[in-house]
Amino acid sequence: MSFSLASLAVIAALASGLLPLLRPRSNRVIKVISFPLLGLAGLSGVLGGGMTLLQGVRYQLELPVGLPWLHSQLYLDPLSGFFLLVVGLVTLVAAVYGPAYVREYEQGPQPLFPLTLFTGLFVAGMDLVLLAADAFSFMISWELMSVASYFLVAYQHQHEVNRRSAFIYLLMAQVGGLFILLGFGVLARFGGSFDFSVMSQAVLPDGWATVAFVLAFIGFGMKAGVVPLHVWLPQAHPVAPSHISALLSGVMLKVAVYGFIRFTYQMLGGIHWQWGALVLFVGSASAVLGVLYALMQHDLKRLLAYHSVENIGIIYIGLGLSMIFAGTGHQALAALGLIAALYHCLNHALFKSLLFFGAGAILQQTHEHDLERMGGLIRRLPVTATCFLIGCISISALPPFNGFVSEWLTFQTALQGTVLNNHILAALIPVAAAVLALTGALAAACFVKVFGVCFLGMPRSEGCAVAREISLGPQVGQILLALLCLLFGVLPTWTVAQLETIARLFFPAGMPETTAHGWLWLTPVAPEVASYGAPLVLLGICLAWALAWLWLHPRRRRTPVRISPAWDCGFGPLNARMQYTATAFSMPIRRIFRPVWPISESYQEPGKEEHGGRYRLQIGDWAWSKLYEPIARLVLGAANRLTIIQGGNIRTYLAYSFFTLLLLLLVVSL
Amino acid sequence: MNGWLLALLQTGLVVFTAPFLAGWVKWVKCRLQARQGPPAWQPYRNLLRLFSKEVVVAESASPIFRIAPYVVFSVTALACSVVPLVAVGLPTATLADVIVLVGFFALGRFFLALAGMDVGTAFGGMGSSREMTIASLVEPAMLMGVFTLAMTVHSTNLATMIGYLLASPFQLYPSFVFAAMGMMLVAVAETGRIPVDNPATHLELTMVHEAMILEYSGRHLALMEWAAMLKLMIYGVLLVNLFIPWGVAVDFAPLSLLLGLLAISGKLLLLGSALAFAETGLAKMRLFRVPQYLSLAFILCLLGMLSHVILEMN
Repeated sequence: MSFSLASLAVIAALASGLLPLLRPRSNRVIKVISFPLLGLAGLSGVLGGGMTLLQGVRYQLELPVGLPWLHSQLYLDPLSGFFLLVVGLVTLVAAVYGPAYVREYEQGPQPLFPLTLFTGLFVAGMDLVLLAADAFSFMISWELMSVASYFLVAYQHQHEVNRRSAFIYLLMAQVGGLFILLGFGVLARFGGSFDFSVMSQAVLPDGWATVAFVLAFIGFGMKAGVVPLHVWLPQAHPVAPSHISALLSGVMLKVAVYGFIRFTYQMLGGIHWQWGALVLFVGSASAVLGVLYALMQHDLKRLLAYHSVENIGIIYIGLGLSMIFAGTGHQALAALGLIAALYHCLNHALFKSLLFFGAGAILQQTHEHDLERMGGLIRRLPVTATCFLIGCISISALPPFNGFVSEWLTFQTALQGTVLNNHILAALIPVAAAVLALTGALAAACFVKVFGVCFLGMPRSEGCAVAREISLGPQVGQILLALLCLLFGVLPTWTVAQLETIARLFFPAGMPETTAHGWLWLTPVAPEVASYGAPLVLLGICLAWALAWLWLHPRRRRTPVRISPAWDCGFGPLNARMQYTATAFSMPIRRIFRPVWPISESYQEPGKEEHGGRYRLQIGDWAWSKLYEPIARLVLGAANRLTIIQGGNIRTYLAYSFFTLLLLLLVVSL
Repeated sequence: MNGWLLALLQTGLVVFTAPFLAGWVKWVKCRLQARQGPPAWQPYRNLLRLFSKEVVVAESASPIFRIAPYVVFSVTALACSVVPLVAVGLPTATLADVIVLVGFFALGRFFLALAGMDVGTAFGGMGSSREMTIASLVEPAMLMGVFTLAMTVHSTNLATMIGYLLASPFQLYPSFVFAAMGMMLVAVAETGRIPVDNPATHLELTMVHEAMILEYSGRHLALMEWAAMLKLMIYGVLLVNLFIPWGVAVDFAPLSLLLGLLAISGKLLLLGSALAFAETGLAKMRLFRVPQYLSLAFILCLLGMLSHVILEMN
């Protein structure tokens, strides 16, 4: 049943992309066919994945396609079921959100059908990656996902910046794909087959296992966007249409995390704690650098994209802790770390897509993407503002919403570092936890900035002053996600119990203690060590609120609120330009963490006619100037050197081909 | 049932005695500065006065501005229920551990900072920006301190932590000394006292907390100020009960509860006097000196953690 649903998800996604090609000129037909089918794909993904996770079973299927000696293998176990659920959930909401949102593009220079075509292929690609059970199908689906999303990023290709971003994205996706392929190659060399079940039986010598691990870490890390492989992410995600940004940021990065977990935990097995230390280090760096770079952005969607780097970092911190514990033989704690990481995957998919949908609503209604030109939108878009606020609270890891639970679980895992005999690790894990605390606090600062500048205060541009609330479909999508953010924050015990099924795949004993004390209590390790009663916390807040409100009620009747202008210090009315801006808000942090960014600041004195001077602030990314530009220079330099052999003479080229052929034959014959 | 009743009583006790602690600090400070000073119960009068005054809300304010005081107050009041004041082993202590407690404060601060940005005046934005900056530096230091304690007592649950320390024979852990110093600096920064922030100032160059609540009046202001007093009280209780746990009741017998009450009153009054003493002797720092101050707090807590790993782990 659940496998049929999963297959239905793939087929419906493919159909939603391909069927509109019958009438590619009619936007109405495209919308009527494509989005309901996409919604069906999402729904069946949610149901199929959810059922697999709840039942904890495993299905397998062999398709009569693929290589002659290796037919395409598909399977569905709780791990892929969980990620299928995550993909399906966001796809479903994107399908609800999409029809009203793409109205914007109907008058645009591009036809609509490439958007729906590649959305369908992209979703189908992601679903197939999760179902693939051999390296061949995995890579095909992986490339389908990468290439289809390239076309989505490049959808509005009339802007040069979009073409450039899309090209960088494609380049890095291909390089990442290459690393993954090599990783599979190492496993296949020792396992003797490309079938995952055979590959996971392979016994690798330590050196080769580490090589395979590093290859997979780089390959999947490139897609997931860990520092310093993240540079494509803040360029590619913001330029896609907003519901696609939600899919890219909320879901596609999780597919990379899935690949990493599948590769490391299942196929490679025998985890070394040194790998975990590497993952922990890279995760911590991604988390804190991601949020620091996000703080400096004032393009709303780019800011959100940098926060994806941060959240992937948090997921990797959980995975790193889990791998360290797995490598040192603490199975239960390894399960706990894995549960925390998976929980954060789900949470990030929910709140990040919620925030991208909100950003899309703002973009569509105000045509502004720059925070410095927004303001006061809570009065113009009340529903979007409320949902966006919930997204902000969730991503800032504040109780009682969902982001808090997974970060709390990560903290609790880190606290158990004292069980390790290795004292250096025991001292480094708390430092990683402190980095996580810094990340959470900076994220809260960043989202105070975003919500405060964007929705509160006075409008800073004409577009924001007259904006209207977005239509019903996008509203429903956002409300749904906001409710899920609260639900997964308040019912963590149930969720953790389901996620434990996945942890049991790799650590058979699991972590039963976490959920052993009833649905009210989340007790990782033991109830006396730490407990969190999320439903009671929500109840407590509501109770305290109600008491304060009731107590003040008679006074409210007696002295009603008086509305009056804000105090202007006697200098005449306040205007929107007097408000704190996003740049001003983050200035103290910019000054404190000064060496983190390459900053160029300049001030130009006012000319004779001008009223004020010009202040210019540009904040770059060190990864570009320190890592990628040298590599690019190196590649270009090497290419220049190689031009010697390109004489433009066809006979020389034929000779090259001939000698290459000879050389290859020689190699084969050896 | 008995436990829940006691927990409710204890929460009420924290909520309703917090203004007294704030008044006490002010009174001692005034005496130290050779001024007469308002009586220690002056904050109660101030709150009552504010509660009965008219509320003025700016035209440009959104619903966030009106919701924020209730959120800030109710979250802080909930935090009061988690902190063991007189006795350990109350049922509310399992509601949240110390990391969740930090989360409660962060949630309150989130809404406080949003309220500061809401009206659209420069002061509010300034206060919010500074508050969030300071908070982001405080949290790692605070967590490192908590970790140091948790590594010794193997728990982040406040009641368990205090219970463990009470049950084990007295031993001066080097890690605790460092952590206590670090946490003291953290508590000063978190409660907005001198030298990080000055609760008595309304000068635009120095305000942090006051700048955010500048637009508030009447009962909204009362809730905000009360919440700030609660925060001072909670941090005071945490400091004295974690590092000097003696006197906290481990059972619910009337005599031990009475003893616990006396002990905590004495400890808090002493701590309040120490705070007043420190505030009299120190001047407020420039904002960009605060990172150095907080990195000192972080390094102290880090030293605590390292000394635990090096000296106390076997």
